[in-house]
Formats: sequence, C-alpha cells, structure tokens
Amino acid sequence: MELDFSRQLHYVWALLPEIILCVWGMGVLIAGVSGPAHRGEDHAVSEDPAFGTGSGLGWVSLVGLLIAAFFNGWLYTLDEVGRGAVVAVDDFRLFANWIFLGGAALSILISFTYVYRNRLQAGEFFSLILFATAGMMFMAGARDLMLLFLGLEVMSIAVYALTAFNRRDRRGAEAGLKYFLLGAFATGFFLYGIALVYGATGSTNIDTIAAVVSGGRAREGFLTLGIALMTIGFAFKVSAVPFHMWTPDVYEGAPAPVTAFMSVGVKAAAFVAFIRVFLVGFESVSDQWYPVLWWLAAITMVGANLMALSQTNVKRMLAYSSVAHAGYLLVAVAAGNETAAAGMLFYLLVYTVMNVGAFAVVIGVAHQGEERLQIEDYSGFGRKRPELAVFLTIFLLSLAGFPGTGGFMGKIYLLQGAAESNLWYLATILVLTTVASYYYYLRVAWYMWMRETTSEDQHDLVVTPLPMKAALIIAVAVVLYLGIFPSSMMEFARAGVEGLGALGGGLLGVHP
Amino acid sequence: MTLILEAIGYGGWALHALVWLPVLGMLLVLRSEEESAKHVAFWWSLGVFVLSLGLWWAFEPGWGGMQLASSTPWIPAWGVDYALGVDGISLFMVLLTTFTTPLAILGSYRYIGKRQRAFYALMLLLEAGVVGVFLATDVFLFYVFFELTLVPMYFIVGIWGGERRIYAAIKFFLYTAFGSLLMLVGILYLFMKAKTMLGVPTFALAELLQVPLSGTEQLWLFSAFALAFSIKVPLFPLHTWLPDAHVEAPTPGSVVLAAVLLKMGTYGFLRFLLPLFPVASQHPTVVSVMMVLAVIGIVYAAWVAAVQPDAKKLVAYTSVAHMGFVVLGIFALTLNGIQGGLVVMISHGLSTGALFLLLGMLYERRHTREIEAFGGVGRVAPLFATAFVITALASIGLPGTSGFVGEFLALLGTFETHPTIAIVASAGVIFAAYYMLPMVQKVFFNALEKPENREMEDLSGRELVILTPLVALMILVGWHPTPILERMEPSIEVVLERVEEAAAPVMEAEMLPGSETSHAPETAPTTSSETD
Repeated sequence: MELDFSRQLHYVWALLPEIILCVWGMGVLIAGVSGPAHRGEDHAVSEDPAFGTGSGLGWVSLVGLLIAAFFNGWLYTLDEVGRGAVVAVDDFRLFANWIFLGGAALSILISFTYVYRNRLQAGEFFSLILFATAGMMFMAGARDLMLLFLGLEVMSIAVYALTAFNRRDRRGAEAGLKYFLLGAFATGFFLYGIALVYGATGSTNIDTIAAVVSGGRAREGFLTLGIALMTIGFAFKVSAVPFHMWTPDVYEGAPAPVTAFMSVGVKAAAFVAFIRVFLVGFESVSDQWYPVLWWLAAITMVGANLMALSQTNVKRMLAYSSVAHAGYLLVAVAAGNETAAAGMLFYLLVYTVMNVGAFAVVIGVAHQGEERLQIEDYSGFGRKRPELAVFLTIFLLSLAGFPGTGGFMGKIYLLQGAAESNLWYLATILVLTTVASYYYYLRVAWYMWMRETTSEDQHDLVVTPLPMKAALIIAVAVVLYLGIFPSSMMEFARAGVEGLGALGGGLLGVHP
Repeated sequence: MTLILEAIGYGGWALHALVWLPVLGMLLVLRSEEESAKHVAFWWSLGVFVLSLGLWWAFEPGWGGMQLASSTPWIPAWGVDYALGVDGISLFMVLLTTFTTPLAILGSYRYIGKRQRAFYALMLLLEAGVVGVFLATDVFLFYVFFELTLVPMYFIVGIWGGERRIYAAIKFFLYTAFGSLLMLVGILYLFMKAKTMLGVPTFALAELLQVPLSGTEQLWLFSAFALAFSIKVPLFPLHTWLPDAHVEAPTPGSVVLAAVLLKMGTYGFLRFLLPLFPVASQHPTVVSVMMVLAVIGIVYAAWVAAVQPDAKKLVAYTSVAHMGFVVLGIFALTLNGIQGGLVVMISHGLSTGALFLLLGMLYERRHTREIEAFGGVGRVAPLFATAFVITALASIGLPGTSGFVGEFLALLGTFETHPTIAIVASAGVIFAAYYMLPMVQKVFFNALEKPENREMEDLSGRELVILTPLVALMILVGWHPTPILERMEPSIEVVLERVEEAAAPVMEAEMLPGSETSHAPETAPTTSSETD
C-alpha cells in the first residue's frame, strides 16, 4: 500500500504501532486503577509472583508490545511517497522500533517480581513503560522537529515518573527529582535549539532544513546556535560527558528494572533521533558540529571509563558503563557514514539485550529489591548459582566487547564506521578505553568466581522467577547468536540506514 | 599411513576437528560427573592429539604454502572467512599444543582439588582457542581466537591459582588485551586499505599481503602488531606480567602458558609481522631495537632468575630468556635464525613445560617451592632427579638435547648478520647454566639434611607416563632434528622471500635515516627515490 499523507487517515496507518501502544497503555492504567490492589485488598494471592496480583497486567502489557510489534512488521509493506510528511515510514525507524519494543518487553519480563515484592502499583508501572516506549517510537519516526520534541517529552515524563516510582524509597524520590529538574533544563535547551533552527531555516521539517542548509539559505548565526543547543539536549539524553552528572545518581536511585529500561531505551531513542537530525538535517554543515562531537565522544569514553574503575556499587558501575557506551556510540555519530550508522543500530540492539540481561542478574542478586548492590555481595556467587553467574559473565564480556559475543561484533562495526571516515584517533581512544573497561567488568567476574562467600546463606534468597528466566535465556541466546552469526542482523541494520541520507541519498560521512 | 589418512578423507576435516573437538569435549566434561571430569578431559584431549598426529603424514614436506586449507564465508559483509590452513610454521605449534594439553591435564590430577569440571572444561576451551590461533588464515578469525584464549586462562589463574592469583590474572589479562586491541586498530587499517584497493572487503591474510603500504604506514602498523605480540612473547620490558602469572597459575596453567601461549607471540611475528610489513621488519633501527631488547631479555632474565629463592619463579624467568632467543633468531632474518627460533619454541615448550610439571610434583609432595627447603632429594627419589636433570640440561641447551639445536641455530643465524649481538647473546647460554645448575644442585644433590625430604616419594606411574614422552622428545629432537627442520624450511623460505622482495623498495630514503647501531649488511647501499 502506498501512503498518501494528504489524507489524514494515512497518518493513522503510519503511526499504528504507536497508537496501539498508547491506547493499550491507557487500558492497562484503567485496569490497574480498578484492580484489587487499588481497593486495598490483600496483595498476596499467588505464591509465584509471575502469576500473582498485578502480574496479569504485566502479561497484558507484553501482549500489547507484541501487537505493536506485529504492526511494526506490517509497516514494512507500506511505501512512503515523498518525504514531506511529519512521520517517516522507513527501515531506519522500523529497525529502531524493534529495539525499543524488545527492550521494553525484556524490561517488563524482569520487573514482575520486583513490582510484586516492592508493592508497586502494577497498572501505573506497566502503562508508564508502554507510554515511554511509544514516546521513543515517535522520536525514531520523527521527520519533523516538533514530533521529535513531542516524542521526547512523552518518553521523558514517563521515565521521570518511573524513576521516582517507589514512593517508599527516598533515593528513588531524590533520583526522580534530580532527573526531572536536569531533564527539564536540557529539554529547554533542546526546544530553544529547535526554535533557533526554525528561525534560521523557516522550517521544522528535517528534509526541508537539509535543503535550506545545503543551499546556503540558512541564517548562519542562528543555525550554529540552534545546532549547539540541540547538541546539548541530545548530549544530556544520551548522557555524554560532561552532561552525564545525573546518570549515576538516577541509575542508582531508580528501581532496578527502570534503570535497565531507561539505560537502553532512552539512550537508543536519543541516538536514533541524533542520527536523523544531525546526519540528515545538518549534514552539509558537519564541519561546524563535527569537532564538538569528536571531543564529546573522546571525553565521554575516557571520562566514563576512568570513573567506572573506582565504583563499588554495581548499579553505579553499570551507570558509568552506560555512559561509556554512549561514548562509543558517539563515535558513530561523529563518523557519520552509512557503516557507522548501521553499526550504531546493530550496537544499540546488542547493547539493549546485554544490558537488560546484566540488570536482570543484578536484580536477582539484590533479592528483587534494592539491597545488596555492592560488589562484595557478589562474592562466591559463581559457587552458589553457577548458571546465573555464567550468564552475568557472558553479559559482562559482551559489554566489554569480547570475541564470541555480540558486543564484540558491535564494537568492530563501530570501529569500521570510524575507520571509513578516517577517525583513527577516535578508534584508538575507543580501544584503549575498552582495555580500561575490562578491569571493572572483570572485577565483578572475579568477585563471583574467585572469592568465597562471606556467609553460608549468602545467596540462598536469590530468586529468578519464570519471566526473568525467560528474559535471561533470550538475552544470552541473542548475545551469543549475534557474536557468532552476526551476518544476517548486520545486513538488516545496513538495510535500515540505506536511503536515510538527505533527499533519499546515502549518508556521506564526515570528512574532516 | 598416508593411504589410511586418504581413505578417511583426513585432509578435509582434520583441521576443523582439531579446533572444534576440544569445544565438544568441553561440553562433555561439563556434563560429566565431578569425579570423572578429569578422565574425560584427559582421554578426550589424548584423542585429539592422536588425531593431530595424522598431520605429520598428511603434511607435504616440500611445500611452503598453506596446506589442507579451506575457507567458508563467515561474515560476508566484512569479507571475513572461516579459513584454516597449516604450514611448516604452524604444524609444529599445533602438534605442540595437542601434545602438551593431555600431559598438562594428566599432571593436574592431584593438584586441582576444587571445581574440577569447570577446570577441565576451561583447559579444553583453551586448547581449542590456541589451535585456532595457529590454524587461522583469516586475520579476523585469528584475532578472535587470539583474544578468546584470554578468558579461560584468566579463570584458570584466577580461580585455581596461588595466593596472589587475582592480581596475577587481571594483570595477565589487561597486559595482553592492551596489546591486542591496538593490533585490532592496525588490522582494521589494513582492512580499509585492502578494501579501497581491491574493491571488496576481505580479511584473508593472502589478500592483505597484496596491499602495498608506504614505509611510514608499515612502521606504524608494525608497531601496533609488534606490541601485541611482544607482550605475549614476552619481550623485555613488557615481560612483567609473566612471572606473576606463571608463579600464581596452577601447574597445568603454567605448563600451557609456557608451552604454547607464549608461542602465540613469536608465531605472530612469523605469520603476520614479517610477511605483512617486510619493509619495517628489516629496517635497521627496528631490527636493532628488537634484537637489543631480546638480548637484554636473555641476559637480564638470566640474572634475575639466578637470585630467585622460589624455583617456579626461577623457571618463569627462564621463559623470558628463552623467548629472547626466539626473537633474536626471527629478526636475524636468515634461514638458520628463524629455524633456530622455531626449534627453540618447540624445545622451550617441551623443557619448560616439563620443568613446571616437575616443580608441580615437588610442590604436591612438600607444599613449598623454596629452593632452600630441599636438598639431597636425588638420593630418595632417583627417577625424579634423573628426569629433572635431563630437563634442566635441555633447558640450558646442552648438546644432544633439543635446546642445543635451537639455540645454536638461532645464534648461528644471528651471527651471520649481527655478530656482536650474537656474541653477547651467547653469554646467555652460559648464564643459563649459571642459574639452572645451582638450583638443580641445591634441590637434588647437596646433603640430605631436612627430615621432610627423607620421605619424599619417587615418581609414581602416572608421573612417569607424563614425563617419559617429554624427556624422550627433548632427546630425540636433540639428536635427530632433520625431519622437523625439513618441514619448516619451505615455509620459512616463503617468509624470507617476501622479506627479500621488499628489500629493494626498502632503500627508500625516507625509510633509512641510517642507523649506527645496525650491523645489517643487506641494508648498506642507500638509493634515494621519491618518498610517499
């Protein structure tokens, strides 16, 4: 079917997955409010938290994601005519949507028991995840800065709320407030940047902006300032150094499943939008922003990896690791060619799976709560729960980019992108900081395998309910599969960025 | 024999089986009972060794290129192939690996008490990785295997090691990873060059060899690759991880580390460094630097070894010295030198592997490795002493043992091009006697004073089974090295031809600032031409 955006109805087709998610989210919300938990009835109905009170809403949310995923696949059959619409229906958006949907599904799978044990409001919790996912999908599909902003806000506000979701936890409240204040500030920058870009080019449509900018008809000063402000907004959302200050506190304070969700989803959405805006809209003035991104990438990789070295709290360590990964991904944005963009998509996919997987084990070790997050708490874990420890080791090796895992292939992909644009210094910084990262990833492994438990019953209360097991097995399978047979997914990612460039061309890449 | 091999189609599947059978064995070990894990691992790895023996006959001695080669696309978009092949250089490394692994496993029967299943699974995984390193003819695949060997070794040292095991494990890991990741950038650079030149992406070594590189590029890439391999060798001053890792590792870990893991570095020199960057490899400054570092390693390690109170640490330092001879021989860039280097690699694998096994047996008996704690052991354990003395003599390089053949050839090859360095290095052979013999004397001879030593058991049957083949091979290679040398020679000629071909363009003015420290005659005439 061909999409004809002069007819309003066709917008509905183009946005069907997002619309489904929003409607589904509202349904889950209403069901949650009218459910037994809200009427003050006893919480414990079933022994198995996977099927206890509120968990029904989790399964319902998963079904919603599945339906959205189905229609996301259906969108491949639609043809986009022209690029004048507000929303893009291209492979780039659809690939990104798979990442968001997968990340959300895995996050929901690992949060069942957590929600139950900490007596969180399941309806609100799961519906917020659905709303946030819809926001991410809007961002990926935005061909207009206004829709991009809308998506950003839908996502951000849902995630702010999720961060402070556990009302009984002070650290969560603190993290939520911190995130909200700083995030609102960054959004302000971002919106102001959009306004300036509009002032400079007379349009908020990314393709029109590209045409005006490459035609030299944009007003120089406004444009530069606008790009600078938007860079700040994006840098905050992807948590690049020096805009990362909120990350460790928020990641540590937020409920662990939420941390998992936002460390993959928010980052992926911001990067996907980053690529579209900068490599399509502002490609012809890349000499202006390229040096900034080069330095952002460099200091993010160096700073985050150095700071991660001294962390003793595993959640904080993973927070800095997530900042470090933002640095690796920024290399792709700085390189700006098709290989780099495809590499970024591939890496975001792998990162989503391995990071959620790592958080799943962390939640397990933390007894489905927020205790026992220190690295010492992992002592002797390999002895007591070898299968979980093996999983975590695989995820950590993948995060470290070790051969045999998807993380390795992703890193090579990013490095190739950097190599194509001759960014050899950035590539070298990337590998050198990777060596540093080996230390803190392996430290968890050595506590697990090379130290004895501090007390006999140390890991007896570690539970991995059925949904979490499912998430872990899926994650390990994907990480290993992409590490050993990356080919088909690589082709798929490559197809996602073909024709992405301005006016339907390919991405040219940055040539410093 | 050849007929049997042909009948079963040996050449078609042997190399793949050598890489993947250990992986299969690993899974079997993981599924076996805790008590029987070691037997499964031993018999399985012995089977792999028997299988690998077929290579000796399947291998065509007169041919220097890759044999039994096969290649299947792995990641087509990047031009990565799953490509294996064997030549005269890798043949012996593969055999050494498959030979030492079962012996190391058999030698660990008493040493490894806890978590046996995991241990033997990791040993087999390590074997798969190392065999993969030696067989890969695709640079990407090589890199994957090269890195993959780190993980099992990290856990072997870290879980079953001595007191400071975690420190040693992480140091080993970070040092090696640091070098290999920089090499990865170099590999990608080569890949990009090849892609631009050939139009198609490829990581195949044979294709990458076609890429013309300017002198400056060669120097940079050479540095990146040489760093990775020199850490692995280890070349002075990058050797500091080695004594830690060796001393802390459990006996089988030390054996595999010494016998094969170090060889991955010198193998990398021969397989990648010289052929890929022939101009940089014979640049007089580069050659001088490598040789001087090797000689410093030989002399320095000998002196440090001489004062070690811990016998295992002493042997660890001898590794640095022996590997120095290998590097020396390789950078002599003569047939004798490289052949010598390869024989030292084999000989060092046998003798140092055996020494670590023997020290492990001593440790199992007395729970100490302090040289002072022993004395006169030879009187109560004559077989033990005999094995130890032969091994130590092979390690020193006494004529009639494998060590002599290797070191003699390496020094001879070095003497042809760099006489001064060869003379200094020869002193290293004398130093070897200086540190090894007093240790042997203090442990096995002298007076039998300490009562604990009186009850020392002699070698058990299992221990004899481990040591006999090792000692026999040391002597066999020492007396009759020809079958080995003739199989190596064509492949070494290929490397040398490649280096010599590049000798003409090496004379570019940019490449030759004229180094005083060099004694290389082949670099004497300097004709200037346009620079890149």
